[in-house]
Order: sequence, then structure tokens, then C-alpha cells
Amino acid sequence: MTEMIKHHLNDGLLMAYSAGTLPEAFSLTVAAHISMCDECRARLGAFDTIGGALMDETVDVAVSEGSFEATMARINDVPAATESPAAIRSKGVLPKPVQDYVGGDLDAVKWRSVGMGVKQAILPTSKKATARLLYIPAGAAVPDHGHRGTELTLVLQGAFADEVDHFGAGDIEIANEEVDHTPVADIGADCICLAATDAPLRFRSLIPRIAQPFLRI
Amino acid sequence: MLIARVRDDQDKAAFRVVFDHFAPRVRAFLLRSGANASLAEECTQEVMATLWHKAHLFDPTRASAATWIFTIARNRKIDAFRKQRRPEPEDLPWGPQEEPDQADALALQQESEKLVEAIASLPAKQKELIEKAYFGDLSHSEIAEQTGLPLGTIKSRIRLALDRLRHAMS
Repeated sequence: MTEMIKHHLNDGLLMAYSAGTLPEAFSLTVAAHISMCDECRARLGAFDTIGGALMDETVDVAVSEGSFEATMARINDVPAATESPAAIRSKGVLPKPVQDYVGGDLDAVKWRSVGMGVKQAILPTSKKATARLLYIPAGAAVPDHGHRGTELTLVLQGAFADEVDHFGAGDIEIANEEVDHTPVADIGADCICLAATDAPLRFRSLIPRIAQPFLRI
Repeated sequence: MLIARVRDDQDKAAFRVVFDHFAPRVRAFLLRSGANASLAEECTQEVMATLWHKAHLFDPTRASAATWIFTIARNRKIDAFRKQRRPEPEDLPWGPQEEPDQADALALQQESEKLVEAIASLPAKQKELIEKAYFGDLSHSEIAEQTGLPLGTIKSRIRLALDRLRHAMS
């Protein structure tokens, strides 16, 4: 799958994720994409190297007296790690970081209908931004909406097309304020996406606009 | 390789050398990121203790020691200052406990050093932006799309290490 990904993270998002300054919902989406994309995993490695280089060249600030001994005491307090590095790639539709928030794979998601067959599940992250799973039945559309901030949409299963392009599994769409779009799922399969937003969406038609405060979309 | 000695022999002398080099840098990083002195000291000790406990997870073909310790310090920072979870990508499956290839580790080290030189020779304004991104709270939209950093070679190097890892597993 990783070779077929066409839409990747940009440098700004990768650097902010490496620096650790993204809101949690965005970090989750970035981590999920990297789980599926070796290209961005390698680029993240490069940004982490910048972080390491900046830390390494920082002017020394002396650690306090007894710091080493205190660290050794901490080490001795904790039994040796038994954690094995033999991580096994999770099976399932949801990448591991998303499974951690859901508490399982797709069958553990608590969907709520948002109308027209579209369902969503909001994941518990810090309030600065919102992460949600979206379920769009094959051939169905998510209501036309614009954004005040940034919206990241990562395809986990199936595919969708909007006014911008076509997005398949592993692809991430980065939409900003200039984008008004109506994502439509491909006919072949139901589409499941992870979407992160840092401001509420703006719907074009009246009904979703009225429903918005209740649905938290 | 000092971290390998910590991992294999719980070598305290080797750990002391690593500590003396990195603990002041981790502390400076945390202070610049907004911690007060006592929080920075506490977090630094935790970061260095984590290094000891997780030494077996360090892979020198994928990251330099400075890079790896930076990621531990960054995660501690998110946890302690920002009170947020840090979702991490699913790790790649590891091969049958092979010793990392020395040549690969050396090549990565050299690429890391080149990147350090490249950062040092950046125009002051650009370097300041990058430092703000890592030490401050510059938002992702404030970080320019193009950082102007020559990331190509080190990215290829890391990509190669990932490909080998996958190959070893298949």
C-alpha cells in the first residue's frame, strides 16, 4: 500500500509533529499517516535529526549537583524493562495509534449517524482540535463545507474524490480556508477517513448548519 | 558505541559519559521550551532514566544518539508541560534481533553531521525560524512550507534503513 500513496504530509506539519507542537488531534492524524507511509516516516526521521542537532548544539546549562546520582536512584527504582522490540504490525483497517483511541479496530467504533448514511465518531483528544472518524457509504457525499482553519483528512479504507483531487487509502488531504469541498466516496467500497480540524467546519446549506452544534461537526 | 554498552552490560561508566554530554543539553532544551528550573531538572532525570531503560530500542541505523534522545525529551515535554497524549506511529516490525550493520550506522552518523553543518550555515533569519519551531510554540501554519533545509540525503539514508528492515521481515 505504501507505494501507492500520492498525497503526503507537508514539511510544516512534519516539522511541527517532530517539534511536538501540534494539537493532539493533528498529531494523531500525522501518526496514523506515517503508520501507512514509509516516505513520510523517512522524512519525519530527517526532521527528528534536525531536532537532535539543535538540542546537541544548545549552550550547556549545568545540571544541578547530584543530578547523576538522583538519576541512578530513579533507574534503580524501576525494574528493568521487559518490553520487547519485536513489535508486530497490527492487522485491521485502523492504524495502531487510532486503535489506541478507539479501544480496538473498526468493530469497536461507536458510530453516530449524521444523516444521508454518513456516520462519525469523535475521538477523545485535547480540546484545541477535534479528531473524528468518518464513515461515508460508497457513492455518498459529505455535505459541502468550508473551513476556518486547517482540516486534515486521511483515508483509511476506500477512496473519495472532491473538487481538488482523488484520494485513496493512505492519502492525506490538507485543506485550508480557501478550500470548499464536497468529498464523495468512490462507488467500489464504503470510505472510512480520519479527519482532524482546528476550527468548526462551515456548511453551505441550511440544514447541516442548524444541526452543526448538536453534531459537533 | 556507548549506548550499546549501556544496553548490553548496564555499563555505568558508559552511561556517565552519555549523561555528562546529554543531560545538560536536555535540560537546556527543556528550559528553552518554557520549563522552570525544577521541572527541567526533574524531566531531565526522567529522560536519562528512560534512555537507560530503553537502550535496547535504540537503532543506530535509523537515528543518531542525539536524535533518539531528542525524541525522548520531546515526548517528556509534551507529557509534562502540555498535558497531552503523544500519538506515535505504529513502529515497524523488527527483524530477528540482528546487530545493526556498522557501515549503515556510520553512514547515518555522517549524514547527521552534514545536516548539522547545513543548519549552522543557514542564514540567521531562517535558522531562527527553525529554532522557534522546535523550542517555541510556533504553530504548523506559521512554519513555512519550505524550510530550505537539505533533507534529501539523510531522508534517503533513513529510507534505506527502513527498506532493509522490511526486507529482513519478508
